[in-house]
Amino acid sequence: MPRHVDKVFKALADPSRRELLDRLHANNGQTLGELCEGLHMTRQAVTKHLVLLEAATLVVTVWRGREKLHYLNPVPISEIYERWIGKFERHRLRALHQLKKGLEENSYD
Amino acid sequence: MTKPKFVYVTYIATTRERVWKALTDSEMTKEYWWRRANVSDWKVGSAWKHQDYDDPRLVDIVGQVVESNPPHRLVVTWARPVDAGNAAKTSRVTYQIEPYADVVRLTVMHEELEPDSDMLRGITSGWPAVLSSLKTFLETGKPMSTMTQRRDRPPE
Repeated sequence: MPRHVDKVFKALADPSRRELLDRLHANNGQTLGELCEGLHMTRQAVTKHLVLLEAATLVVTVWRGREKLHYLNPVPISEIYERWIGKFERHRLRALHQLKKGLEENSYD
Repeated sequence: MTKPKFVYVTYIATTRERVWKALTDSEMTKEYWWRRANVSDWKVGSAWKHQDYDDPRLVDIVGQVVESNPPHRLVVTWARPVDAGNAAKTSRVTYQIEPYADVVRLTVMHEELEPDSDMLRGITSGWPAVLSSLKTFLETGKPMSTMTQRRDRPPE
């Protein structure tokens, strides 16, 4: 168990890997080719990052015919969240997050 | 073949039989799934319901069992009770339970979801919480504290 958590944090510690997760969050279920489009990374670099993301189970793959599709798997992040965020803090944190978001958006008006 | 919208995976140190039971037995679901019961005889063609364990009149989800192969694979349709029978608002959930080294890999695929719907928004926050809670429950015998009671609305 602790080793898996280490893998999750290590995978999340890299901005390129977080960018890949962002891209899957915006558009889930992409092929390697689709993921590489418009990225400033070589195909090999993306493949290497995906291996680490898969080892951490932050990305999971499904075959559809001959296409390998990549999906964002937030279950390990949920485990981290549940580990440190208590039942009653959840609502307060959500309210704080909404407040922060609202204030920051309004400041550009 | 349609492309699933969401694929969730968790690895659980347990047996396939226990994962199957944890998904289909109300006495277990109530422990880790916001005190909900999954109710059905789990035979192909039968109805299933996702309802409150203490007050079965509170039904959140209804559907039919499409495939049932314990303890390997369960496929069900998924809709709000008001949308029952409306194909456009009925999605499909596949549970796949496979051995992986000395643990079990549980995959949940949710497909045919109505784009930009409340259901889609609901399940994207729901599944990761439910699956991490299921994993904790099966591995430690104790559910996550946030998952043992009926999910209440956040204060506005």
